[in-house]
Amino acid sequence: MTKIVTKAPSGRRAPLGPAAGGAFPGIRALPGAGRFGDRVFRTLTAGSGAFVLVTMVAIGGYLAVAAWPALHANSGNLFTTQVWRPQADPPVFGMAAIAFGTVVSSLIAVAIGVPVAVGVALGVSQYLPRRWASVIGGLIDLLAAVPSLVFGMWGLYYLIPHTRGFQQWLSTYLGWIPIFRNRTATVAGQYGQSLLMAGIVLAIMIIPIVASICREVFARTPGATIDAALALGATRWEVIRSAVLPFGRSGIASAAMLGLGRALGETIAVALVLSSGFVINWHLTELGGDTVASTIVLKFGEAGSSPVAIAALMLAGLCLFAVTLVVNATARLIVARKAVTS
Amino acid sequence: MTAVIPILRTERRTLSAKRLPRSAPGVAGLTAVAAALTARGTLHWTGWFTAGFAAALVHLLLLGAWSVAVEGRRRATDRVAGILVGACLVAASIPLVMILGYIAVKGAPALSPTFLTHSMNGVTGAQAGGGVYHALIGTLEQVGIAAAVALPIGILTAIYLVEFGRGAFSRGVAFFVDVMNGVPSIVAGLFVFTFLLLGLGVRPFGAAGSVALVVLMLPIVIRSAEEMIRLIPHELREASDALGVPRWRTIVKVVLPTALSGLVTGCLLAISRVAGETAPLILLVGYSARINPDPLSGDQASLPVMIWDQLGKRSGDAGAFGETRAWGAALVLILLVLAVNLAARLLARLTGPRSR
Repeated sequence: MTKIVTKAPSGRRAPLGPAAGGAFPGIRALPGAGRFGDRVFRTLTAGSGAFVLVTMVAIGGYLAVAAWPALHANSGNLFTTQVWRPQADPPVFGMAAIAFGTVVSSLIAVAIGVPVAVGVALGVSQYLPRRWASVIGGLIDLLAAVPSLVFGMWGLYYLIPHTRGFQQWLSTYLGWIPIFRNRTATVAGQYGQSLLMAGIVLAIMIIPIVASICREVFARTPGATIDAALALGATRWEVIRSAVLPFGRSGIASAAMLGLGRALGETIAVALVLSSGFVINWHLTELGGDTVASTIVLKFGEAGSSPVAIAALMLAGLCLFAVTLVVNATARLIVARKAVTS
Repeated sequence: MTAVIPILRTERRTLSAKRLPRSAPGVAGLTAVAAALTARGTLHWTGWFTAGFAAALVHLLLLGAWSVAVEGRRRATDRVAGILVGACLVAASIPLVMILGYIAVKGAPALSPTFLTHSMNGVTGAQAGGGVYHALIGTLEQVGIAAAVALPIGILTAIYLVEFGRGAFSRGVAFFVDVMNGVPSIVAGLFVFTFLLLGLGVRPFGAAGSVALVVLMLPIVIRSAEEMIRLIPHELREASDALGVPRWRTIVKVVLPTALSGLVTGCLLAISRVAGETAPLILLVGYSARINPDPLSGDQASLPVMIWDQLGKRSGDAGAFGETRAWGAALVLILLVLAVNLAARLLARLTGPRSR
């Protein structure tokens, strides 16, 4: 017996530890039985895991190295300049305007998309009968599979022409709030490719991912809590307010952060929907505006052979990478902390 | 004993609160729709968005007020919340239906056997004709290569996380898989552009796009595979352990076959998610109107970049027929994506657990 339970293959860890799926951590594999194979397999899978880490480090590293020349060559201020002319002599570019566009359009997307997505998740997990829930849930998931290029085309050719009246209405009746006022347009036809519409298209795009995470979280509400609320005579909404939402609060926050990350990095749909404009403009129904991601793809063609222009785009990409990294890490940490405390 | 029943009756009558008739939501809804249609006619609203929104609002206010008057505040809040949730479901479903419908309507005129079997070689924007064949080949090759690389690495990583993962390293991997899931596609494109195209000093080529797709696909594959492998009951592993089977053979012979259909579903979903990626491909694969079957050298077309090109975003001029072809190509692309996606769901439903 002692022979069987002696040392583990690596001397450090038994191949059948509890986390490794074995039920009896004390019992180890027969000596010689597949030690070598296990070690090879373990190395192989761990190597694949390392690939993820290496890739993430490489993305940051390569972009930083490639962006470096742009920092030196730039004669403008990266954070306050509102032009993008890296080909000029001396090169002038700054991210103020595009960072503004990115943040504003993403915040609009989150402000509209997250409440709707939470509503969808509540409907699918708490209201609809099971059969309908799977149909509607599947439909929403299908929305996640629609390529962003298609979203952009639909937004540009269908949604924007059909919502000009809505934008005009906003400007006419809510124009006393500066963000809704359009100072130039006089007829509906002059409204169109505004930051507001970009935000609305982004909102539609982030609904599926936010809804599917919220749905999972809501579905995990302890049944006993719901039953207890029902036993006290709570209506369906009171059950949701007293049991489902408090339980899912951190999940909603995390899902909203993930949605924000998606919206910040969305490229091609925004590049189609927005008409380029490199100024900070608080009047969200006016034409123009641009985001970091869309600038990269739109300016890439003309950057061509100019090393500084390419480096400038790399710099923009690096900033975008850093911001989405922070946002996504936050989303992940919200959930992780919740898992520890509960 | 005989006196008990009348007492119960009276108690019941006094205790049960007044409720709206069961037809109340229907009545309120019909009234709201009628009101919205009248308003649309008299106020000359052109679209349907306003009318739909107005109908929902009227329905909400009508039923809410009615319910407050008859049932009291608690029931009214419940009804209003229900209507809002319903409105969210409708609002989220409408775009999908409209997008699919719009693409079908705009793309169908371009679709023909010629469109599917011809390239754009020698066809200018001002000419009709041409097709997606070159782009279809490019997309299939680029996505195929990406899948061939990302799926094995992804599944192996998932195995590591579930079967071996302990300690700081595996927590780090799990963390960065989640973070990697949020890397914007354009950033992945820039990264591959730096290290592959600038690094090697070569022109764009098809497989460069595949590398970016690998970066985007990997976290999706890992997450779904991880979930599937975690679902495998411990008893199966324990039974295999009890027979003295080495860990790796348990995984290969017991765990993976059991999880197979789930793994395939996850892989197909991952493929459908990246097949329509556009931004990195614009940077990495270039565009060629000719058929280029070699993903390793020379500009290669792909469906997303072809759409981008036909919309006039590359040359600045779409031409008279470019837009039609762009919609046709978009229809082909979305049919491809949805076919893969639906196949994945069908597989999951057919082979999945019988609980639902």
